[in-house]
Amino acid sequence: MDMKSLYLLVPMAPLVGAIIAGLFCRIIPRWVAHTATIAGVAIAFITSIVIFKDVMAGNTFNGAVYQWLTSGDYKFEVGFLIDSLTVTMMLVVTSVSLMVHIYTIGYMQEDPGYNRFFSYISLFTFSMLMLVMSNNFMQLFFGWEAVGLVSYLLIGFWYTRPTAIFANMKAFLVNRVGDFGFILGIGLVLAHFGSLDYATVFQKAPEFANVTINIWGSSEWSLMTVTCILLFIGAMGKSAQVPLHVWLPDSMEGPTPISALIHAATMVTAGIFMVARMSPLFELSTTALSFVIVIGSITALFMGFLGIIQNDIKRVVAYSTLSQLGYMTVALGASAYSVAIFHLMTHAFFKALLFLGAGSVIIGMHHDQDIRNMGGLRKYMPITWITSLIGSLALIGTPLFAGFYSKDSIIEAVKFSNIPGSGFAYFAVMAGVFVTAFYSFRMYFLVFHGEERFGKAHDDHGHAAHDAAAHTKSAHDDHAGHGDHDGDHDDEEVSHDHHHGLAPGQKPHESPWVVTLPLVLLAIPSVIIGFIGVGPLVFGDYFKMTIPGTNGIPVIFIDNAAHPAMAEFATHFHGAAAMAMHAFSTAPFWLALSGVALSWFFYMKRPDIPAAIKARFEWLYTVLDNKYYFDKFNEAFFAGGARMLGKGLWKGGDVAVIDGTINGSARLVGWVASAVRCFQTGHIYSYAFTMIIGLVVLMTLWVVRA
Amino acid sequence: MTLAEMSFVLPDLRPAAAEIFLLVMACAILLIDVFSKNPKRTMTFVLTQVTLLCCVFITFATSSAEITYTFSNMFVDDLMADFLKLLLYLTVLVVMFYSRAYMLERAPHATGEFFALTLFATLGMMVMISANHFVTVYLGLELLSLSLYAMVALNRDSVQATEAAMKYFVLGALASGLLLYGMSMIYGATGTLEITGVAERLAMGVANKTVLTLGLVFLVAGIAFKLGVVPFHMWIPDVYHGAPTAVTLLIGSAPKLAAFAIVMRMLVNGLIVLAVDWQQMLIILSVLSMAIGNLAAIAQTNLKRMLAYSAISHMGFMLLGIVTGVVGGDARYALNAYSSAMFYVVTYVITSAGTFGMILLLARSGFESDQLDDFKGLNKRSPWFAAIMMMLMFSMAGVPFFVGFFAKLSVLQAVVAAGYMWLAIAAVIFSLIGAYYYLRVVKLMYFDEPTDTSPIDAPFDIKLLMSANGLAVAVLGIFPQALMSLCAYSLLRSL
Amino acid sequence: MLTLSHFLILGAILFSIGVVGIFLNRKNLIVLMMAIELMLLAVNMNFVAFSHYLGDLSGQVFVFFILTVAAAESAIGLAILVVLFRNLQTIHVDDLDSLKG
Repeated sequence: MDMKSLYLLVPMAPLVGAIIAGLFCRIIPRWVAHTATIAGVAIAFITSIVIFKDVMAGNTFNGAVYQWLTSGDYKFEVGFLIDSLTVTMMLVVTSVSLMVHIYTIGYMQEDPGYNRFFSYISLFTFSMLMLVMSNNFMQLFFGWEAVGLVSYLLIGFWYTRPTAIFANMKAFLVNRVGDFGFILGIGLVLAHFGSLDYATVFQKAPEFANVTINIWGSSEWSLMTVTCILLFIGAMGKSAQVPLHVWLPDSMEGPTPISALIHAATMVTAGIFMVARMSPLFELSTTALSFVIVIGSITALFMGFLGIIQNDIKRVVAYSTLSQLGYMTVALGASAYSVAIFHLMTHAFFKALLFLGAGSVIIGMHHDQDIRNMGGLRKYMPITWITSLIGSLALIGTPLFAGFYSKDSIIEAVKFSNIPGSGFAYFAVMAGVFVTAFYSFRMYFLVFHGEERFGKAHDDHGHAAHDAAAHTKSAHDDHAGHGDHDGDHDDEEVSHDHHHGLAPGQKPHESPWVVTLPLVLLAIPSVIIGFIGVGPLVFGDYFKMTIPGTNGIPVIFIDNAAHPAMAEFATHFHGAAAMAMHAFSTAPFWLALSGVALSWFFYMKRPDIPAAIKARFEWLYTVLDNKYYFDKFNEAFFAGGARMLGKGLWKGGDVAVIDGTINGSARLVGWVASAVRCFQTGHIYSYAFTMIIGLVVLMTLWVVRA
Repeated sequence: MTLAEMSFVLPDLRPAAAEIFLLVMACAILLIDVFSKNPKRTMTFVLTQVTLLCCVFITFATSSAEITYTFSNMFVDDLMADFLKLLLYLTVLVVMFYSRAYMLERAPHATGEFFALTLFATLGMMVMISANHFVTVYLGLELLSLSLYAMVALNRDSVQATEAAMKYFVLGALASGLLLYGMSMIYGATGTLEITGVAERLAMGVANKTVLTLGLVFLVAGIAFKLGVVPFHMWIPDVYHGAPTAVTLLIGSAPKLAAFAIVMRMLVNGLIVLAVDWQQMLIILSVLSMAIGNLAAIAQTNLKRMLAYSAISHMGFMLLGIVTGVVGGDARYALNAYSSAMFYVVTYVITSAGTFGMILLLARSGFESDQLDDFKGLNKRSPWFAAIMMMLMFSMAGVPFFVGFFAKLSVLQAVVAAGYMWLAIAAVIFSLIGAYYYLRVVKLMYFDEPTDTSPIDAPFDIKLLMSANGLAVAVLGIFPQALMSLCAYSLLRSL
Repeated sequence: MLTLSHFLILGAILFSIGVVGIFLNRKNLIVLMMAIELMLLAVNMNFVAFSHYLGDLSGQVFVFFILTVAAAESAIGLAILVVLFRNLQTIHVDDLDSLKG
């Protein structure tokens, strides 16, 4: 088989699985659905490995595999660009997806939407692969929208829950904001480069480095800066960067396998991938990079703080995802694209592991997600415990674990970066290390160690969470203390699940093998991939191969003169083992350690301290509990503003005005429609007359005039 | 010339072999049907189908990439003609398949005639497609029209059907009068009735401009009637509505191919010198059609009537491809523009056949199923056919990745390439308005409770063909390139 | 001396009478058919006149075709008329309005 059909096989195999499971979801038994989809993804994974080997042997590819439509001068092609970056993403996507598929058999076994779910996740895998393998902006955009669509469908998978519908609506709307920027960016590219092919655009990019455009007034803007910032706005939506991050925590309404696959490992990293792919463009604009690094560092630090006060196990992980995405963005801003991709990769494994671990805990707890109701689970769920510990250690950057290499590389790269904003970014990523360690281990201790708090709080339904908190004197008790719950879905989440959870006296149990196997398989790369990868990926030639179809532009292009951070960082690297040894004498390690120690002290030793702190810094807690009021602000400013505007128009203008603006067009169309009908009188003579009038008008216009 | 010098040379019959065969067969079938005792008209039906299949074969066999003229240049055979004829056979074949059960139910005495008349109509359309002379155009047109008038009235006890037939007849006669008047003027201005001859004389620039323009206006009016574009569209809603659905299916599909062909023959081949004039006329008609067709469709409750208005708007959209062929005397984009119009017409015919076929599929004795309300809750009655209908509606509305989307896209691309930005914007706006009433059908099928819960009892072969038709719309949406290249290639070899 | 324009004007007048007859007549469908016939005859007049002045026979040949087709057309029209009368018991143009909107 030639390579081209192999390339095609990678996205098509999951698509076929999705079609089988989706089209016949009502008639096929469950085992057919999961066998078909898992087989599809497994084929994609194995093929990806083959392609990876082929790429390592130097065989890259850039070209159309299928010409969809030639329409005039435009060509709509399905094309693939296969190089080291693509193949890395393909491996990450297919391997995590495969694990999640297997895991889903156990997680969703009681759900009536079993077949539908498999169809969706396979469809997602297909879309994501099309996105990463694309060789042009058009296909990128289609993949981008397709993954967004599947994400939307999956957040609202349990469509009978109002919170799920609210969350998927929110995700949809917020992503539209990002997409608007993204499509404008693509439009600018098309308008100025006359092509949407990556290779052509990258080739031509340097010619446009000094081109300016006029947006409004007489101010001149650098074309590349505007284009890159617009494209990055798209990435902000998809990769949940402040202020477009608000949808990601709510997306946890979806089933946990989805949170792992889409909202941690793959889809949310599409923005990171996109910016890395576009490195030849971003390198031309220091301003855009500066914008990227500032947004990233805000996300990395401030979203970490929010993780500290969450009580829903999935939300803690969700905020940590936000924070880690911030790290990747910071790396992009520092021109350390390869580091960002490296972190993307390690993060995909350990975050999927953490999410699936959380899911396993949720199964064990009979769908209770409140960490205040857990504790001491290590006895009952040993495999989940060990793997979650590995995931947490990787996340906080324990030397030798995967997360250490990628995160430390980011910190180092930022240290050497000289672009505006890198000083703040350095502070943010350093402080972030401490925060990450603190909330990760807070969750770890509360779930797996300490007093067993389950089985007590569910003697009656209703506000079970509150009771639990009151009984246990756990750190983050009563929300009742500040009865402000709108926009805060934790309570609803717990209460709508009130029929779940463990009955008194019931003990949690370890999950079935289909759940624990993926945990173990994900734990392995979470430990070793950093050690293996750091050399070649970050410092080696892995990303230095030429993008096929261009005139020597490397996969990841860095303008070393303007952004020397990576080059400088490289001189300090002496091998993976040395890097780990060196870590013990650097600040990040001690920051992480102190974070772990502090959380142990607070939540294991003296649970009264956090409560006291909380009482003392009530205002701070309130700010965090309201997520910096982003939701409130959006609610009040955008939604409220829109409502105010509507109300103002209604009150200010008369009925005619509102008719003219809101219902007007629809009503006008309806009115015109019925008016047009009146012409059709049913009489032959009026029909003939209409024809003659038409003829006379044409005659007047052409014969008489001429 | 003395008698001795007169010699009789048999014209080359090969290019018209399919027409001759069809004529012979149609006459034979008419006779056979008279003597057939079978109440189900199986013999007639099978013979018509076989005839059409033979025509497919003959057209294939006699097809060549060269342009061949015969019958003293009255008849032309080129790739465009072959391609359109093949599509025509296919459409008529499908139409007859869909119609048989319906016609047997409603007009058992006339089902044989229905098949025979359909063949004559097909012959008329074939002659139109291959016409290179005003006489041939006229004869083909009348053969088609007269067959259709009779077919509309075939259900002779129906008040609506006979009224529709009368309206169609009167207005059709008026339109052919206009067309003939136009032809007489162009004949007067150029001194020839041969379409290629007209083009040559015009290129020499000897024609009287006023007479010519007058003729052009009448000609455009006559063609516009056949296409059914505003303001020559008035017959469309009433005829579609009143005619038996089987006949509506025929009127709503195959003749669009023939109408496209005569536009190409008369306006593009014959009067390209006057392109500036007729393009502007057609722009007016096109915009009016898109506006009135889409708007009036919204207010309809009868599905056949709604589809009639939708046909008006689609033909308006198709004309956009025709009017952008020549830009400021530059015919660089002509091939692209005309092939986009051709692609549009072909996909429209496929989709339209499927949609009317669906009405036929759901109809049963005493129940027409042509009201919008009859489609309520179709998903509960038959999820499969609801899905097929949804695909057809999506394609009509131009939802991405159905073939209708690419048809619209390619026409719009031609419009933009010609620099008519406002026209493209207007087309998009009217299409968006139009999407409303297609999506309303989808909404009715999926979100409303059925008023009628009886299962669908149609013969298996019709169900199968219907499914294939619906899937074709989806599959062509995924692989539009092949069909599009065929359109472009056949035009490239014919212009 | 009769010139071409005389014939053309006559043709135009006849044609116009035919056309006007179609949309002015609200009573009788038979009159409508006569109007249609008149239109076609006007066209024939044009063709014959052009043919004569151009010295080209094809126009006159066309006239024969038009006459033949017109006869067929009338036959079909009258057949429809008969069916219509059977159904409606009237041939008033005004009464044909059940299909509209």
